[in-house]
Amino acid sequence: MEHEITLVVNGTARRARVPGRRLLSDCLRHDLGLTGTHVGCEHGVCGCCTVLLDGEPVRSCLTLAVTVDGREITTVEGLAGPDGLSPVQRAFEECHALQCGFCTPGFLCTVTALLRDNPAPAEDEVLEGISGNLCRCTGYQNIVKAVHRAADLLAEERRSSAGRPPSAGEPPRDGKPPGDGEPPRAGEGPRAGEAS
Amino acid sequence: MKPPPFTYHAPRDLRAALDLLAEVDGKVLAGGQSLIPLLNMRLAAPAHVVDVNRLPGLSGIEAGPGGVTVGALARQAEVARAGVHPLLGQALRLVAHPVIRNRGTVVGSLVHADPAAELPAVLAVLGGSVRLARRAPGGSGEPAVREVAADAFFAGPLESAAEPGELAVSAFFPALPPRSGSAFEEVARRHGDYALAGVCAVVTLDEDLHVAAARVACVGVGPVPVVADVSEVCGRRPAATVPWEAVTEAVRRAVEPEDDIHASAAYRLHLVGVLAERALREAAARAAAPP
Repeated sequence: MEHEITLVVNGTARRARVPGRRLLSDCLRHDLGLTGTHVGCEHGVCGCCTVLLDGEPVRSCLTLAVTVDGREITTVEGLAGPDGLSPVQRAFEECHALQCGFCTPGFLCTVTALLRDNPAPAEDEVLEGISGNLCRCTGYQNIVKAVHRAADLLAEERRSSAGRPPSAGEPPRDGKPPGDGEPPRAGEGPRAGEAS
Repeated sequence: MKPPPFTYHAPRDLRAALDLLAEVDGKVLAGGQSLIPLLNMRLAAPAHVVDVNRLPGLSGIEAGPGGVTVGALARQAEVARAGVHPLLGQALRLVAHPVIRNRGTVVGSLVHADPAAELPAVLAVLGGSVRLARRAPGGSGEPAVREVAADAFFAGPLESAAEPGELAVSAFFPALPPRSGSAFEEVARRHGDYALAGVCAVVTLDEDLHVAAARVACVGVGPVPVVADVSEVCGRRPAATVPWEAVTEAVRRAVEPEDDIHASAAYRLHLVGVLAERALREAAARAAAPP
């Protein structure tokens, strides 16, 4: 039996007919043609398939597409804005935080959410935050550097946008990842996994 | 590495879910962070999957003076953020990775009953319970509900007391008594993995800051979390003068670890003693100087 589902992917409502067993990762890649989400281990260990579900990073290979019918998904394709790469993406490029690039979409989604919730993470918070993403090229040092660099870029962006009045030329961007570049949401405590 | 075919159900209320579970041989899907790997690896092939994510009223995290009630759909990350119980917070930091905890549920982890998982040990050491609901006998009226204490809930490796047709709707974690502290210590091969061995401890002090009660629950060293009450071995004395060698020996006597490809039984036995002392000392320190 197939199910008709609607996912709001990167700001656009997308429909698909899927069997109950369709993984979100396969739905994104095969049914919707968004092959930026990579599939590594398919049992939740490698983190390559991480996407944002209503802004929270989740494993798309451990989520059934039907379960998230009607919800908002942000994939790596949705991280960049109309002006180009997001600060996290720019930082990865600057710091050479990718070699083969297979793990990169998962890292980018994870780090985007990490820095939204914790704009200035300490070293151990970065390590904990990305601990669920594996890089087979083992380029972790540059990935960690890129997370700190992205935090700096986001802070610069916040400072410069705070210092000038909102201009008419900058409408809110649909489909931009929730909270990207914004200060942390009020009322949110530390994320699970952080030292308290 | 894809789930085998199954019939998918997404009931909209508890009664419909319990009806379904009474009628079909269905596996319950909540966070899916244990079930979907099993499906992907073809270690499970249920004919029906009953997705409870759309049921209303199961996401609650309610803290009262007696303890915390966690609903079946409360995600591990939400429970950790809520900061409602120190030992739950200490344990949840060790459960997989932050991204997994965004989906995984506390109650789901209890029902999955992995002998190396942290949350069953927390329920066991606190003497908590799980609430199970099933369709009313005869099929109409309020669901039949039973409360199963932790020591009866964990029946064996990956085996809980939840019977076919039953849905775990919430779990209750008793609050720590006054002048109590807790800690969770474990050793895993990689960060976020299931532990080779782990120990959570709760220590309660009396008014003179002498040990009044001390309990541990050990994971990875038996088919279910192994609870050991070491109050008597500790004795009514300050934590600094507790005979730790006797305490670790008592904990080691309570467990029966097995060999597997990750560690020998002897190594696990060694670990469980070391971790028990560490966790008990830490818990006693926290009991003496609450944060």
